[in-house]
Amino acid sequence: MRIGVITFPGSLDERDAQRAIRIAGAEPVALWHGEHDLHGVDALVLPGGFSYGDYLRAGAIASVSPIMAEVIDAANKGMPVLGICNGFQMLTEAHLLPGGLIRNDHGRFIRRDQVLRVENVDTAWTNEFTANDEIIIPLKNGEGGFIASEAELDRLEGEGRVVFRYLGRNPNGSLRDIAGITNERGNVVGLMPHPEHAVEPGFGPDTADAMRSGTDGLTLFTSAIQALAAV
Amino acid sequence: MPTILVEVMPKAELLDPQGKAVSGALTRLGKSEFTDVRIGKRFELTVDGPITDAIRADVQHIADEILSNSVIEDVVAITYPEAE
Repeated sequence: MRIGVITFPGSLDERDAQRAIRIAGAEPVALWHGEHDLHGVDALVLPGGFSYGDYLRAGAIASVSPIMAEVIDAANKGMPVLGICNGFQMLTEAHLLPGGLIRNDHGRFIRRDQVLRVENVDTAWTNEFTANDEIIIPLKNGEGGFIASEAELDRLEGEGRVVFRYLGRNPNGSLRDIAGITNERGNVVGLMPHPEHAVEPGFGPDTADAMRSGTDGLTLFTSAIQALAAV
Repeated sequence: MPTILVEVMPKAELLDPQGKAVSGALTRLGKSEFTDVRIGKRFELTVDGPITDAIRADVQHIADEILSNSVIEDVVAITYPEAE
């Protein structure tokens, strides 16, 4: 099982994503934004960071990178694609996911261990969760406010495509506390918090049990492996 | 070399945290007559030759598809230099 992680100029978390994939039991494959080649991977992760310095809009320039033509094609054919933070922003800019992400309503960068509710466990990246599981994974963003038209929000809710929802105080002004969504087919998922930072005891978020013990993020990656094995 | 201007603003109904921060600074400076500030973007596109219909079509396309994101922003003006 080979899962590609694309590095864009300004990506920050691609090594963490590769490590998460390895810990989950798959082989990470480093991919480069400037190539038109997915190197035969079975799934894709668009990592966090500040591609192109967030110039124009967060994720906007990356969304028209050479490799995105192949990403869009693969996503439309059903390949599991996960966009984390800046990767989520790219997926909305590339129209693989609806809505958009704007500057946090309070105007500041925020970093905290965030509690989320997993509301859709039928996606390629959440099938090993149980519905309404509450998980803790790190959140760190300046432009994480999810917005969409009322009609789009109603459609997402009606079709069960809100995958992750913020619990507790809304960290960034996201409408309806939405932290992550999926496409109609359930193979493309984007979320602002960072599951790749919650995969190994000692290096994860704080939990009620112990400091840095959280590994809830690992389940996204094992879910993708499960989804690929089931094909 | 004609320069084409494209102006993009965050949608009116969306909170503009940058504008809000500037508005707060103005209030602190005693400039309370300014009740709101919103921040947008101005793009200056330069072309070598004359502005043809094809260029105008291209400008409209990239303004809508690349320079702005219609989910969060509006293209409020595209201005061409005065005809020579």
